Amino acid sequence: MNRIAHRIVAASVLAMVVLAGASPPTTEPTATVQIENFSFMPRELTVPAGTTVTWVNKDDVPHTATAVGDTPLFDSNALDTDDTYSFTFKQPGTFPYYCKVHPHMTGKIIVQ
Amino acid sequence: MSDFIEKDESNDGIDRRGFLKCMAWAGAGMVWAMKGGILQSRAFGSDLSGIAGADFTFVQVSDSHIGFHKGVYTDVVGTFQESVTRINALPTPPSMILHTGDLTHLSKPHEFDTVAQIMKSINTDQSFYVPGEHDYFVDNGVQFLSRFGKGTRGIGYQSFDLKGVHFIGLVNVANLSNGKTTLGELGDEQLEWLENDVADLKSSTPIVVFAHVPLWTVYEQWGWGTEDAAQALGYLRRFGSVSVLNGHIHQILQKVEGNITFHTARSTAFPQPAPGAADSPGPMKNIAAEKLKNYLGLTRVDYVEHTGMLATTDSTLAELEPATQP
Repeated sequence: MNRIAHRIVAASVLAMVVLAGASPPTTEPTATVQIENFSFMPRELTVPAGTTVTWVNKDDVPHTATAVGDTPLFDSNALDTDDTYSFTFKQPGTFPYYCKVHPHMTGKIIVQ
Repeated sequence: MSDFIEKDESNDGIDRRGFLKCMAWAGAGMVWAMKGGILQSRAFGSDLSGIAGADFTFVQVSDSHIGFHKGVYTDVVGTFQESVTRINALPTPPSMILHTGDLTHLSKPHEFDTVAQIMKSINTDQSFYVPGEHDYFVDNGVQFLSRFGKGTRGIGYQSFDLKGVHFIGLVNVANLSNGKTTLGELGDEQLEWLENDVADLKSSTPIVVFAHVPLWTVYEQWGWGTEDAAQALGYLRRFGSVSVLNGHIHQILQKVEGNITFHTARSTAFPQPAPGAADSPGPMKNIAAEKLKNYLGLTRVDYVEHTGMLATTDSTLAELEPATQP
């Protein structure tokens, strides 16, 4: 499913919640990971399910945020300086990731 | 980095950091000559008659990073072209050019176009390439291999002979992008190929290996090394003369291990800090624009057949005269 499809599903879920009379969160949760000095900051980030995490590259050189695995759940591909990439974590779990250009750079998103 | 000795372990008045710092600077204007595994250095401009009359010469360029445009490094095309001007000014055209990777910064088609155009302007017979991680991570090297990988196998490795010297181009960046290793890696397939490639060669055959990431561990924390290099070097230890030419770290470092001499070349685009000398291996930030050419350069290698000697000469773009005149 692509990101737009994700958003449509999220919006539909939100609409149903509203119709059911529950009090929905006013905004979808977001979080940011800065890429600076060849590090993901914070290196380990804990967020509630449904959070959209945005990576922003503040270094002079390109980096990626790529999930570990043969078919990565998310992959920013090349992020040049000030480029950003966002991914919405629907499911709880621990999601280790790395930079494809500098694989000694690693990080982790923990979704609760 | 401190200018004071912090740890003088061998009581010789120099610590590791100081040594590395000296090495990072020593490259400019030094000639390194290898004979029987012994490295000799001479100051530039001194008597270089030992390497005069070379049977052939080739030039190593590295890390042109076409597409990079940050800080004082605003003209990587210009500094690469200036390197070419230096090559074309050599008294005898080099027999070939080796480009040891990171041709481009982001593997964009127009970046590869620019590299191809500049390489075409060099007065030489042929050019050989190995990819850097910047040429590989975007599309697993597809563009690089189709444009610069002619005659290579698998992930881009190759070997060929030139006037009695056996050249081996190795690729140690393909496995970086799949996250399976934090250092460079050659992989089993390539190692097996290498073992077979050198199996029938006489031990007296001079060997030149070229690859992007250093084939010795320069600084593990920054990923400056190759995981399975020891296995590759194991296949080469019986040879009397092995020269390993690398790039990736954008500075000159040398190391001798038995009959194997390791050498990393400067970048034509931007310098990187000495190992551990900064928070990260990013481009050096405190370089004044007018000093930039002190940090960029290329490497010339002369081979004298009757002595079996390979001599590498590093020169910066700041040096006015071609750095290699005897």
